[in-house]
Amino acid sequence: MATSTPASGTGGPHSGAPAGVSEEDSAGPPPSDRRGPSRSRPAWSTLLHRFDIKTAPYAFVAPFFVVFAAFSFYPLLYTSWISLHDVELATMDVMEWKGFGNYTELWQDEQFWNALLNTFTIGVISTVPQLLMALGLAHLLNYKLRGSAFFRVAALTPYATSVGAAALVFTMLFERDFGMINWALGHIGIDNVDWEGEKWPAQLAISSIVIWRWTGYNALLYLAAMQAIPRERYEAAAIDGASRWQQFTKVTIPGIRSTIVFTIVLSTIGATQLFGEPLIFGQGPNGISGGVDNQYQTLGLLLYEQGWRNYEMGRAATVAWAMFLLLVLIFVLQRLVRRLSTRTS
Amino acid sequence: MTTDTVPPSADALEPATGATPPRDRGLRLTLRPSAGRQHHAGPVAYALLIGASLLSLFPLYWTMVAASTDNTRVSQTPPPFLPGPNLFENLGSAWQDAAMGKALTNSFIVAGTIALATVLFATLAGFAFAKLRFRGRNILLMLVIGTMMIPPQLSVVPLFMMMTELGWGQKLPAVIFPTLVSAVGVFFMRQYLLEALPDELIEAGRVDGAHSLRIFWSIVLPVARPAMAVLFMITFVHAWNDFFWPYIVLDMTNPTIPVALTQLSAGYIRDQSIIMAGALLGTLPLLVMFVVFGKQIVGGIMQGAVKG
Repeated sequence: MATSTPASGTGGPHSGAPAGVSEEDSAGPPPSDRRGPSRSRPAWSTLLHRFDIKTAPYAFVAPFFVVFAAFSFYPLLYTSWISLHDVELATMDVMEWKGFGNYTELWQDEQFWNALLNTFTIGVISTVPQLLMALGLAHLLNYKLRGSAFFRVAALTPYATSVGAAALVFTMLFERDFGMINWALGHIGIDNVDWEGEKWPAQLAISSIVIWRWTGYNALLYLAAMQAIPRERYEAAAIDGASRWQQFTKVTIPGIRSTIVFTIVLSTIGATQLFGEPLIFGQGPNGISGGVDNQYQTLGLLLYEQGWRNYEMGRAATVAWAMFLLLVLIFVLQRLVRRLSTRTS
Repeated sequence: MTTDTVPPSADALEPATGATPPRDRGLRLTLRPSAGRQHHAGPVAYALLIGASLLSLFPLYWTMVAASTDNTRVSQTPPPFLPGPNLFENLGSAWQDAAMGKALTNSFIVAGTIALATVLFATLAGFAFAKLRFRGRNILLMLVIGTMMIPPQLSVVPLFMMMTELGWGQKLPAVIFPTLVSAVGVFFMRQYLLEALPDELIEAGRVDGAHSLRIFWSIVLPVARPAMAVLFMITFVHAWNDFFWPYIVLDMTNPTIPVALTQLSAGYIRDQSIIMAGALLGTLPLLVMFVVFGKQIVGGIMQGAVKG
């Protein structure tokens, strides 16, 4: 257009009118319009652009860090401060310095060691079978299947059930006098088990709630990892004459090793925090103390009992730290064991 | 276990990453069928799987059975295995006695807000970590991942004090605010966008003079949509079922579903059928979600697993 404008401009007078229109409409003004501001814009826009490029990433990640700092990190630091004090629930602004008093008291408290041990035993009897079953289930789901979508969704459905609902149903199934499980056990000649009142049955029952809710979830994690194993490895193993079981132990398990570690970490964290299942299984006041004899009181329940039933917030904070230290200890131990086992093998 | 194990075959079929409209890329919910094992399942495998499915579903089925009979029938031996006639009556009683209406409304508000906020903030941060260059990016990302290791118990005592001081005790903001963001969510979105969002798209946007927020809105959001939907559902399920903190900070006058359910167990209501009706009411919304979106949720969890 720009080249045609001068030509039409120098043309005869009769061609001037249409040329003028076309000049006004598109050719003439737009270039000058565009050039005008764009000459002053570079300074402005590059400045803005630079500012945008530099600050936008921080603005985008800021919400996460602001919320996290306010509601997790600051409280985390504050917890250690509180644990060094005597603080009552009713008068939370009165804090009396106690040094490490809460910690030494906790160390000498039998109830704490009991809760620690229970957390450990329930953790083991819920995590180990859960992950083994998840491994088996994932292996089955990895076959070529009809209706595989159904089986996967069915396996995951317990995950959608809230602790509350799951624990309520299992509490009824484990009921001593009319519960379905005792009824079924009766058929194979086992007398009614007092699932709530006795220590090991109670811990088993609570573990079964955890196992039920999380096995399918873990199975899907394993399945995803199994499907990422290259097929050639199986073919190579088959050529070497490996049986299906050998293929499973020599190809599948090593192939999903990091996922297995991941699920062990996840379930260990979950196990140290166990709270809702034993609370609801205890049906009422006994729930918080984890049964009449604290036979299934976990650290989570102890934390709640110290803080919100005995009104000792300082002690509750101490239990919280103990839970965290326990986790750290488990991971350090796990690392050590792994290092030792790789060295010896 | 890293992104490089994700099979490239799906992309190879497409002419060029930049040429495909971002919307169609989708979250690859079905993993490559040719990977892994290809044995056909035999009758034993089917039998085991059907058994596992029954174990998975039976407690839920029995919740329904127990919720539809009456108290005397529930406690008979043998226990009932078929639904009875009293379902709606029991649901009504549970609704009244255990403030289930209030609890359902609260749970919808809490889980909905948390899921929306988590998805928005996770997408923003995930985009920045995946595609934008800035000083301290790696350290900040390590911080995000590190926060996953901190157990919530560790901040519960001071958090309770803070909430009381803010006047949020027994109120929903006390439950919502501490859970507005999720490190897992940020990581999930980052991993997804690393792969699904071609750098050329962003560069094209920059050339056209779009500022970062504009790029986020018109380029990132459409690409991220499938992953956002999955993250929304997973976060919703978690927020709906969250128990420890809501139990501490809320009370029975203003509960969420899991908190209201403890009231059922705590002996205020003696009728077992009504207790089960309450449990059913509390589970029903998520069950419906699972019936409708089950495949997507399964795919999302598996997708996150391979990336993680």
